[in-house]
Amino acid sequence: MLDTLRRRYAALRSSAPYWSLRYFEETREVLAVRQDTLEPPQLATDRGAMLTAMVDGGYGYCATSDLSVTGLQAALDRATAWAEATHTASVFPYDPGRMPAPRGERLLDDAGASAMSRSELCDLLADECRRAKIDDRIVARYAALELRTVEQLFLASNGADVVQQFRYAIPDAHVTANEGVETQTRSFLHAQQGGLEQIAQSGFVGCGARLAEEALQLLAAPNCPSGRMDLLLMPDQMMLQIHESIGHPLELDRILGDERNYAGTSFVTPDMFGHYRYGSELLDVTFDPSITHELASYAYDDDGTQAEKVWLIRNGILERPLGGHLSQLRAGMQGTANARACSWNRPTMDRMSNINVEPGKSSLAEMIASVERGVLMRSNVSWSIDDSRNKFQFGCEWGELIENGKVKGVVRNSNYRGVSATFWRNMKMAGNAQTFEVHGTLYCGKGEPNQVIHVGHGAPACLFADVDVFGGDA
Amino acid sequence: MKERFYDLAGRLDGDLRDGEVLLHSLSAERSDFVRFNRGRVRQAGSVEQRQLTLRLVREKRQAAATLTLAGDDDDLAHARAALARLREVTAQLPEDPWLMIADTPQSSESERRGVVPAPEAVVRHVVGAAKDRDLVGFYAGGTMYRGFANSLGQRNWHEVDSFNLDWSLYLQADKAVKSGYAGYEWSPATFDAKLAAAARELELLARPARTIAPGDYRAYLAPRAMEELMGLLSWGGFSAKARQTRQSPLLRMEHGEHFSPRVTLVENTADGVAAPFQHDGYVKPPRVTLIEDGRLGDALVSPRSAKEYSLATNAANAGETPESLDMAPGMLASQDVLAALNTGLYVSNLWYLNYSDRAAGRITGMTRFATFWVEGGHIVAPVNVMRFDDTIYNMLGENLVDLTSERELLLDTSTYEERSTGAARLPGVLLSRLRFTL
Repeated sequence: MLDTLRRRYAALRSSAPYWSLRYFEETREVLAVRQDTLEPPQLATDRGAMLTAMVDGGYGYCATSDLSVTGLQAALDRATAWAEATHTASVFPYDPGRMPAPRGERLLDDAGASAMSRSELCDLLADECRRAKIDDRIVARYAALELRTVEQLFLASNGADVVQQFRYAIPDAHVTANEGVETQTRSFLHAQQGGLEQIAQSGFVGCGARLAEEALQLLAAPNCPSGRMDLLLMPDQMMLQIHESIGHPLELDRILGDERNYAGTSFVTPDMFGHYRYGSELLDVTFDPSITHELASYAYDDDGTQAEKVWLIRNGILERPLGGHLSQLRAGMQGTANARACSWNRPTMDRMSNINVEPGKSSLAEMIASVERGVLMRSNVSWSIDDSRNKFQFGCEWGELIENGKVKGVVRNSNYRGVSATFWRNMKMAGNAQTFEVHGTLYCGKGEPNQVIHVGHGAPACLFADVDVFGGDA
Repeated sequence: MKERFYDLAGRLDGDLRDGEVLLHSLSAERSDFVRFNRGRVRQAGSVEQRQLTLRLVREKRQAAATLTLAGDDDDLAHARAALARLREVTAQLPEDPWLMIADTPQSSESERRGVVPAPEAVVRHVVGAAKDRDLVGFYAGGTMYRGFANSLGQRNWHEVDSFNLDWSLYLQADKAVKSGYAGYEWSPATFDAKLAAAARELELLARPARTIAPGDYRAYLAPRAMEELMGLLSWGGFSAKARQTRQSPLLRMEHGEHFSPRVTLVENTADGVAAPFQHDGYVKPPRVTLIEDGRLGDALVSPRSAKEYSLATNAANAGETPESLDMAPGMLASQDVLAALNTGLYVSNLWYLNYSDRAAGRITGMTRFATFWVEGGHIVAPVNVMRFDDTIYNMLGENLVDLTSERELLLDTSTYEERSTGAARLPGVLLSRLRFTL
């Protein structure tokens, strides 16, 4: 298909001094077992192309699933017409001469790839679902697997030619327990790149019974205590904390105002870079597309910029925003290779890819031992933050009370609230490499038209001081 | 589009073997999208997309395949390949005990023609009217298509021309007024009037902002704020499956909790914009009463939940979420809102709501855009963003003073994967107190 597209692309004509084609093909299969019943398998194939054009400082796009020469030419003509129609009103004078012209590829290596039949996969899901039925109070059981492949081709009139391939096998599960007016859920998600070998590596096997036992423990647990205290966040909740209160505020298109009508603005302003103390000296944050199995690793972003690891925050000091090539030109700042689109029918914009907190030096045992009174939290269940990405409130499925350096027991409905601008400065211990885990989310929403995209977040466990912690209603 | 879809469905139906039933669902659109920032164009483009989902049912087994149609003669070959794959997959499956599809054909057609302008004309007008104002927003316009067909002979079609210009005027930082103009016939004069009204409201935001301390405050939530609240409640609050598995945020209503008798919520398909049919082939009833006089009413029951829990389906979508939510009005005239509020917070918009304690119906979220401190029935100052955290039973129960007698029809601006056909008709709500925490 890719060579066919190259030939068709070569036949296209435009008066625009720069144009590009971004082809996106995705296959997806979702298998799920709920309450011991196999849900109808969902298969999907999606393919299409986005054509863009730049004319006299204007920019336009047109997306089509008609991949014939006629269809692609019609889309290119429409994109060109959009560029011509808006060039006098454009927020930024797009310059064809400054567009990247990469040539390269990121291809999948199938050597050693695991193979399982659909029946075997369904049996695996059924086993976990069945094993979660350990008590009459278990009211909902679900185990699923999403298999996804993506192939992309980027061609541009300046000679750019990039092919990239991706594969994902993402198991997830959740189990819910109820007694009277109290309901508690525990969930499992392993969101990384890779094939079926990810299932064995993820710890999915055996999760059904474990989640059920933990949901029952939560039912019997006291509410999370309230007050200002230490907060020990495990990596799967660090994921959410990084995402909402570092990742989004550092997106350069938010800082430039593009998102103010929808996803919001940012408390970060351009003058802060280079000197603003974002966190304590223990805080090192990177944009890292090089960890192969992390969810949003890639070789080039969707505008063709080559991706490399970049420090965003070093020793707590803010260094660089998350801005792709065009945002960097608009802002006159250095950024990252993070212009991404969720599919062929949506334009690129600044997104997170893999935004990680680098490991520190403390062991988990040392962090727990240092806590006089605090709560350990894992597994996000609730997230809310203001449109400047400052005042937040997050909740977790799982909490453990820590007193005098010892874990005392499980607590339920664990929540905490704070302000991004001060929260990270209270990070008093960063976990070492043994506590570092790679997580990710499939559902980062942003943009107009709206796009949902996957991002990765790796982090160690981290300890924060003086956090406003609280529980649920009695 | 319709003829091509029906033709494709007919040809595929002709390929079926004995005992097979095929369901076809089409979701397509021709859309123009324009992003604005600082009164200028950030991104402008067009998207044409057609997603066909085939669901094969045979021997009490089923599987579904979605493919992108190109709109050319190759579509039939691709659809036939998908059908062949579905045969392979269903052959490996156990029987599905919750399989339930409509077996009595109920065909229908609805087309809502509009006067959607050339998008270039919208750009010229918006940029010209914005002048040097800091307008940021998004225009989406064009035609949306929803189709259903099955091999039992049912054919349903729903087609809507519409536009939705969702925008804000900014003063500085996060101080802004949110507005919007959505409908079926674009009028430049209507947009100009809305822009002028927003500009007047923006002047109020130029006053020194007030930061209020955490605590309980009397508050008015405008219809757009209520849209956020209803959006969160729709996440499991009206779902039969969520009720049955004890995961509903309205769980305590099954144990005696209730709202004010002034609260009635209806899934009002008859007056909505969404298609009146769903993917299993069932046609939706005109109205389903979800909350009646403050008490839990009917749940939205998908055919699959109906089979699983031995309930009667009301043709809900698979997610059992409302698409045309309608909240009954109250007695408070809109022009009397400030006087009735007297002293407290006027909240135009809420943002990023979530559950602090789902089972207890406890909700948190932020104020956003124009929020004002009101004293003696007069706007005194804009208020810096605040976080609320309170239960839905307090908000729509004992603390509810009244609802406005006028309601707003709010067309959903969502464009995740495709333009939404959802809508809500909501009043504003006056609360005797709302708990703010940060």
